Amino acid sequence: MNVQTISDTTAISIAGVAKRFGQGKTEVTALKQISLQIQDNEFFTLLGPSGCGKTTLLRILAGFEGVSEGHVEIFGKDVVGLPANKRPVNTVFQHYALFPHMTVAENVAYGLRRLGKPEAEIQATVQRSLELVKMEKFAQRKPTQLSGGQQQRVALARALAPHPKVLLLDESLSALDLKLRQAMRAELKQLQKATGITFVFVTHDQEEALSMSDRIAVMSDGEIQQVGTPNEIYEFPVNRFVAAFIGEANFLETTISAMDGAIARCRTDKGLELEATCPVAHQPGDRVTLFLRPEKVRIRAADSGGIAGTVTLVEYLGQATFYHVDIGSADPILVEARNSDLGAFDHKPGDRVSIEFGTAALRVLAK
Amino acid sequence: MMELTTKPVLRRALGLGPALTIIMLFMVIPVLVMAVYSFLEANPFGGVFWRFSSAGYTQFLFERDLADNLAFSPDYLIIIGRSLFLALVTTALCLVIGFPVAYFIVRQPPQNRNIWVFLITIPFWTNQLVRTFAWIIILGRNGTIELPFRWLGLLPDDQTLGLMYTDFAIVIGLTYAFIPIMVLPIYASLEKLDFRLVEASADLYGSTFESFRRVIIPLTKPGIVAGSILVFIPSIGAFIQPDLLGGGKKLMLGSLVQFQFATARSWPFGAAVAMILLCFVMLCLMWYARTARRAGTNSGMGGHV
Repeated sequence: MNVQTISDTTAISIAGVAKRFGQGKTEVTALKQISLQIQDNEFFTLLGPSGCGKTTLLRILAGFEGVSEGHVEIFGKDVVGLPANKRPVNTVFQHYALFPHMTVAENVAYGLRRLGKPEAEIQATVQRSLELVKMEKFAQRKPTQLSGGQQQRVALARALAPHPKVLLLDESLSALDLKLRQAMRAELKQLQKATGITFVFVTHDQEEALSMSDRIAVMSDGEIQQVGTPNEIYEFPVNRFVAAFIGEANFLETTISAMDGAIARCRTDKGLELEATCPVAHQPGDRVTLFLRPEKVRIRAADSGGIAGTVTLVEYLGQATFYHVDIGSADPILVEARNSDLGAFDHKPGDRVSIEFGTAALRVLAK
Repeated sequence: MMELTTKPVLRRALGLGPALTIIMLFMVIPVLVMAVYSFLEANPFGGVFWRFSSAGYTQFLFERDLADNLAFSPDYLIIIGRSLFLALVTTALCLVIGFPVAYFIVRQPPQNRNIWVFLITIPFWTNQLVRTFAWIIILGRNGTIELPFRWLGLLPDDQTLGLMYTDFAIVIGLTYAFIPIMVLPIYASLEKLDFRLVEASADLYGSTFESFRRVIIPLTKPGIVAGSILVFIPSIGAFIQPDLLGGGKKLMLGSLVQFQFATARSWPFGAAVAMILLCFVMLCLMWYARTARRAGTNSGMGGHV
């Protein structure tokens, strides 16, 4: 993480923003009272399932949608009511939205021309922007003559050319195939650090969010569930939605039988006793959900200590294998075993095994 | 094995047959008849004498004076000029009025658009002649426009605004008649326009006007060109509006053709005028084909609407 390069200046301040579409019976609430601060030079990601309001929030920042309530400031300037063409913000659209009647160079020059820059400067900036995304050889092509990945790069160059204060990216990698998407992740991250522009990236892909972002806001149902670094979001989710949306997770419904500082002794409905880290205050007798990442669990041969169970399903994924282990909880426990060694011990469905995990890995979810 | 190669050809010939037959019978042959007639000698009692004569065409530029000499006469050139001018003004007016209408319809929710398009076609339900007559009531002496001025005492009884029987009245009539056929092709190409491109333009600091000029207009050009041609061609050959609203004093090419066949009994001259009209139309269509092809290669969205 490059947290130290992020300045203390607030790039975007969103205060109590609500957005409703339609009227009366057909009214739909897209955003409910969102408040958020995005720092200058930050790679910030809005992550959530489709319909969670992340794209609406991005469109509000771009100036394509107004707000029903609340305030939006970009570098200290209230932008509510300011049209899109007057905001120091550029967007990389989901389907690129390249002008089909213009060449690549004309597309990249478009924003600079509207800003009334001198022609020599425009030519130089266009050249530089295209070099930045390695598309200088395609300057005279039309967008329809380019592949998806190439169009993506041109869209990026076009949005970066006017050197906006904030770059908005709307699911910008989702139309690319997997390999290209992975390559673009690293490039985007480097580009953000090289240009020093604040990036606001919208995605539903948790891997994209984790790999690129300085901070992530997880959204659902028009609300922000959690804001934090990728590590915080992944390891310390505040609620079940965040825990389930990002990565794989096991959930255990239990009742607290005793509290010992930050350690809670919990009991499942079938009588299994577990010790879990409890970051919030609870009383014995409270119903709580425990959360456990599959890769934090070790699987061993039967009777080698830990909790005894039976393998019910094996999913082989190449770099790792997922074992579903029934330990007498409501759902089988998902265990991820890295296939680091060739010929490592292989468990089959029906095998008796035992599993083990640290108290720190098993956490009580706040809600 | 022969069947494999001949069959598609045969099938294509059969498929195109009816269309080609109709085009031959009702388009190509009449035009050829017209072309032949334009080079014949006129019979003053109607019809033609089967003798070659280029009089139909020379009559356009020259007048035979009393001593039987050919003298240059600009009368018919003026009619061509007026026809071109009025047709251009009509096309421009239709475009200026029709584009915002089409744009308005496209911006409506999809389920309402068909209602608006349907409303646009309503004028076609009544006869064009009747609708043109209506304009006489609106523009004429003591018409809808003049009456309020009379009531306010701004217009004495012995005076008139003189709206009727002018080029102005003709243009009004033509514009009214042809606006729907301007709106529909523009609507068709606006509907295909990706409005996210307009957002992209705004995002890249384009004002509403700049976005309109640099994104909307270029991308709807095929519709604009198609609409303009569909209005221009019938305008230049129109004869109802010049007759009724221009009072027959302001001749256009269409009225000239009609006059030669119906009244002056000079079929060769009428045919020659029609051929000249055809040339203008062909030029327009060639220009359209070229623009459409260029728009097609430019945008990759297909040039035709």
